[in-house]
Amino acid sequence: MSKRMVQFSIYRYDPDKDDAPYMQDITIELEPTDRKLLDALTRLKAKDETLSYRRSCREGVCGSDAMNINGKNGLACLQDIDDLKQPIVLRPLPGLPVIRDLVVDMTQFFKQYHSIKPYLINNDPPPERERLQSPEDREELDGLYECILCACCSTSCPSFWWNPDKFVGPAGLLAAYRFLADTRDQATNERLDNLEDPYRLFRCHTIMNCVDVCPKGLNPTKAIGKIKDMMVRRAV
Amino acid sequence: MINRIVVGAHYGLKDWIAQRATAVIMAVYSVIMGAVLLIVQPNTFEAWRGVFANGFIKFVTFIFFVSLFYHVWIGVRDIWMDYVKPTGLRLTLHVLTIAALVGYTAWAAAILWRL
Repeated sequence: MSKRMVQFSIYRYDPDKDDAPYMQDITIELEPTDRKLLDALTRLKAKDETLSYRRSCREGVCGSDAMNINGKNGLACLQDIDDLKQPIVLRPLPGLPVIRDLVVDMTQFFKQYHSIKPYLINNDPPPERERLQSPEDREELDGLYECILCACCSTSCPSFWWNPDKFVGPAGLLAAYRFLADTRDQATNERLDNLEDPYRLFRCHTIMNCVDVCPKGLNPTKAIGKIKDMMVRRAV
Repeated sequence: MINRIVVGAHYGLKDWIAQRATAVIMAVYSVIMGAVLLIVQPNTFEAWRGVFANGFIKFVTFIFFVSLFYHVWIGVRDIWMDYVKPTGLRLTLHVLTIAALVGYTAWAAAILWRL
């Protein structure tokens, strides 16, 4: 890879200074070693330190640098710059209140996550070492536990845009199924009761935007389908 | 009244199943009617009347319309739930939708059994 000029159009908004958000056009020269979008953002930040975004691990594990990249949600640290059409348009995650530039207020997202009780509920006295599972039972949790809560999925979901206060959203529902599917959990009925609701679960109309954007390749729609399956089995 | 977010009506599964069940009924009806029309090939008004004079066709057509209207109820209600926020307005729209669909059902029956 050689040195190259890359054009950006970045959403800027500082509520202390700006009356309204605006798009800023910036061109920057990248070094041969700059491969990921986050590398470019680091250079942009060095050039203009007022540019704000979240980042931490820079390897797709922490989920901090989720943003809307050329119209599609993703993680800046996993996105190859050279795969992107220029000018690269960067916006904050859609549907959440903007704090500043690319930084959004994720309170609503985490509220929904907490509402599904994302922890194991087991009232038996803890065994001396650990609660064991068979390899087959453990396998059911694959594709569920890997979620890093970056919010790419929930903020690409129109149902979450219209009802973020009531619809749990794909990330929350994926986590909900992670505990429904866990053989060590004893609160299956309570969990299903908590989700059987026209808003909390049934706002999902299976459009699969969540699957399309998940940077970890997870499938919340499939998990939501399995929750509905469990409800049908319970009711019919 | 304090404007707290209230959620947890604890229904929805029945509607979700009904939406799928009615979709299957409509699909099956389409196949039956396709086959009937292919066999009978009605090309006059009298021939069309003949098709619908059959008791079985009347029955499945009525079931089709009931399925269609129930399916429509769930779909249209979803639209009101997604996009209309004021509770009073939403309730009004729900009532109007139900009234229209009940009316259509009676109308469909009247048309089918008058033939």
